[in-house]
Amino acid sequence: MKDFAALLERLVLTPSRNAKIRLLAEYFAATPDPDRGYALAAITRDLDIRSVKPAMLRSLVHERIDAELFEISYDYVGDLAETISLIWPARPGPNRPPALGEVIETLNAAARADGPRLMAGWLDAMDAGERWALIKLVTGGLRIGVSARLAKTALAEFGGAPVTDIEEMWHALAIPYTELFAWLEGRGEKPDATSPGYFRPVMLACPLEEKDLDALDLCAVAIEWKWDGIRVQATSEAGVRRLYSRNGDDIGAAFPDVIEALDFEGVIDGELLVYDPDATPFAVRPFSELQKRLNRKSVDRKLLQSCPAFVRAYDALSLDGEDLRASPFSERRRRLEVFASRRPLARIDLSPTLDFEDKDALAAARAAPPDDAIEGVMLKRLASSYVPGRPKGEWWKWKREPFLIDAVLMYAQRGHGKRSSFYSDYTFGVWTDEGALTPVGKAYFGFTDEELKRIDKFVRENTTDRFGPVRQVVAEPGDGLVFEVAFEGLNASPRHKSGVAMRFPRINRIRWDKPPGEADRLEALKRLLQG
Amino acid sequence: MAKPDDILTPTRKGLYCPPGDFFIDPVSAVDRAVVTHGHADHARAGHGAVLATTETIAIMAARYGGGFTASRQPAAYGETTRINGVDVTLIPAGHVLGSAQVVVERAGKRLIASGDYKRRRDPTCAPFEAMPCDVFITEATFGLPVFRHPDDRGEIGKLLTSVRRFPERAHLVGAYALGKAQRIIRLIREAGYDEAIYIHGAMQKLCDLYRDFGVDLGPLAPATLSDGAGAKNDFAGRIVIGPPSAFADKWARRFPDPVPCFASGWMRVRARAKQRGAELPLILSDHADWDELTETVRDMEPRELWITHGREDALMRWATLAGVKARPLSLVGYEDEND
Ligand SMILES: [Zn+2]
Ligand SMILES: [Zn+2]
Repeated sequence: MKDFAALLERLVLTPSRNAKIRLLAEYFAATPDPDRGYALAAITRDLDIRSVKPAMLRSLVHERIDAELFEISYDYVGDLAETISLIWPARPGPNRPPALGEVIETLNAAARADGPRLMAGWLDAMDAGERWALIKLVTGGLRIGVSARLAKTALAEFGGAPVTDIEEMWHALAIPYTELFAWLEGRGEKPDATSPGYFRPVMLACPLEEKDLDALDLCAVAIEWKWDGIRVQATSEAGVRRLYSRNGDDIGAAFPDVIEALDFEGVIDGELLVYDPDATPFAVRPFSELQKRLNRKSVDRKLLQSCPAFVRAYDALSLDGEDLRASPFSERRRRLEVFASRRPLARIDLSPTLDFEDKDALAAARAAPPDDAIEGVMLKRLASSYVPGRPKGEWWKWKREPFLIDAVLMYAQRGHGKRSSFYSDYTFGVWTDEGALTPVGKAYFGFTDEELKRIDKFVRENTTDRFGPVRQVVAEPGDGLVFEVAFEGLNASPRHKSGVAMRFPRINRIRWDKPPGEADRLEALKRLLQG
Repeated sequence: MAKPDDILTPTRKGLYCPPGDFFIDPVSAVDRAVVTHGHADHARAGHGAVLATTETIAIMAARYGGGFTASRQPAAYGETTRINGVDVTLIPAGHVLGSAQVVVERAGKRLIASGDYKRRRDPTCAPFEAMPCDVFITEATFGLPVFRHPDDRGEIGKLLTSVRRFPERAHLVGAYALGKAQRIIRLIREAGYDEAIYIHGAMQKLCDLYRDFGVDLGPLAPATLSDGAGAKNDFAGRIVIGPPSAFADKWARRFPDPVPCFASGWMRVRARAKQRGAELPLILSDHADWDELTETVRDMEPRELWITHGREDALMRWATLAGVKARPLSLVGYEDEND
């Protein structure tokens, strides 16, 4: 537990991605099984641990500390786990701090009633750093600014293996990953990734820039609408059906309607959208409707009926047991069309391909698409094979609104008037080259009352610091809240630290689904300035 | 019998002794000052006369120049000076080189003003001395039960491990120029590190002064660039110590991919460390932590506890629970952010 706590402490405070990778890789090298595997699962948030309620911890601490002293301290520190870890009066005695694996295995095997006794014993045996790690772990509040992707990159570095291999096999692996570590250390066979239904790392598009458009040959690309939903991978192999987000999170439990429809053998890449159950002809609903279905562990019948989901397919990675990823896009698309025409599926349809005479027509269509659920166009080179990551010069996205960026919420301030009890004024930022966030603007409208309540809740639950009426919220590559911000223009501004000032910024959309690490970079904004 | 309040009383300029007509650590210029130690918020220039330890007088002269006061009155620890019928004795406080508690005695009453203090071992200054008294006036910088400073050696160990782990990066340690910097250097030496340690220009004078008082700091070199290409890499794998205020400057940008480390008791709270931009927080403080504060009150057995700068409310609550008669003094003008 000591090494795990030290690792977390260092990760929390280290901004550089490379240094984080290095810290993780060194930890994997120095820590034995099963602890490193449990640590990995905790970091990627795949760990299943019997949770402990904050109220239980409070009552434990009140048995040992005067309530008023505790409250004064909590008020100063601001974080419950941290306050308890710091204030806990360890009882000197023959205490042995437990290993990480021991904590997890013991807790998961214990009866709920034994929780307080176990926790108290461990807290006594640990130092403050370990106590913090333990409390964060069991209360599910481990926020250390490391995404699952980064952890996998560190594994790849540690074992000298391609990260895509690790991503592919991820869902076939069992915690605490002893098989994986044995392979990475050259002591064991490569784990079998191809258990049915495994996640294939996805291919992403680059934003289309002026120079790309100039160089573009319209005959060499396939053009589609860019649908305003979320990217998914719908898998159905040997009876295993899964719906993955683009990060490989299994979101199937929230979409039983889609899962039920995966009555085929293959892996489909597409956009998850919701449709209007009462409209004829078929009508796709805007992203805000889809949002009602996101970030849920389960879904009730009412919502299933009012917001039915479907997948609009645009690529096939595998069909009838044949891996198509090495084939060119044109071939994959042909196979997908055959697949779709063979037998209509209830919740899967095909994203149409589009033809344009010239680039002007393309630009016009992109600026004025025929449907609210379209946010631009996608351009895919016909010859492109399916390569995980964001390869240059293969796929492009060209968004409809010229001034839209994804920014990360950094600070929130209380509003005025009827919104004075809500945190409703938001400062957001984008990533600099150094991997830090720099504020680029402020917005206080563009969201519904419903959304405001949800953002307010997020702010309160994710505050990292306070300055008067302002709260700083968690904003790390793996954790935080992304806003799609729309604005009318951009001015160079030496007064602002970022060097740019936005005209009329507003929240266009709240991207609960998007990891902050994928928000825009300052560089991209500065390019807008030149354009 | 005199009441303690007649002997020492809080004023806007600091603690005042009416019968002796002197102030302890006055925050603005006065005729006669008794100064506990050389930190800027306690030791100011411009007083008519200053009574302090020899070391503190030397520190003030180094910081403010020879004319920092009209009349210097250096005293050794334990030596009693009578000021207008009041006996004043300086005894070690264990805070920084030369730091003292002020023992004020008159008419059978003894009041002790702690100044800043700590109880743990510090290789650069004399250890705190406990003495029974009627009134103990304690600081409360870390007066919250969440502040428990860990063992120094562990913190220095963290630093040296990180230096080995990142040999291509410079470790930039932010430390207060008086006391903290020298203590860290000394602790690093005790941990067996004997390579040159690089120091910010603002620390040179005080490091020299510590050496003159017999504190062996080992090889020190200025943290300035040599000419020519690749000079930045001169500091790869090195330990550089500078005042925290210099971290925001251009000064800090000369080092290769620096690991910012801050040495302070505040580093105990993660949000503080993060806010400071510390990648490697070192919990090293020259102030008493919660346990030291409460232990000291028990050791001194005062009839009354007066609490000055810091977090008074928690210590007040503790005193109530422990049955110690206590009151907050609410003195203003002392900063605790430097530690
Ligand atoms: Zn001081
Ligand atoms: Zn002080």
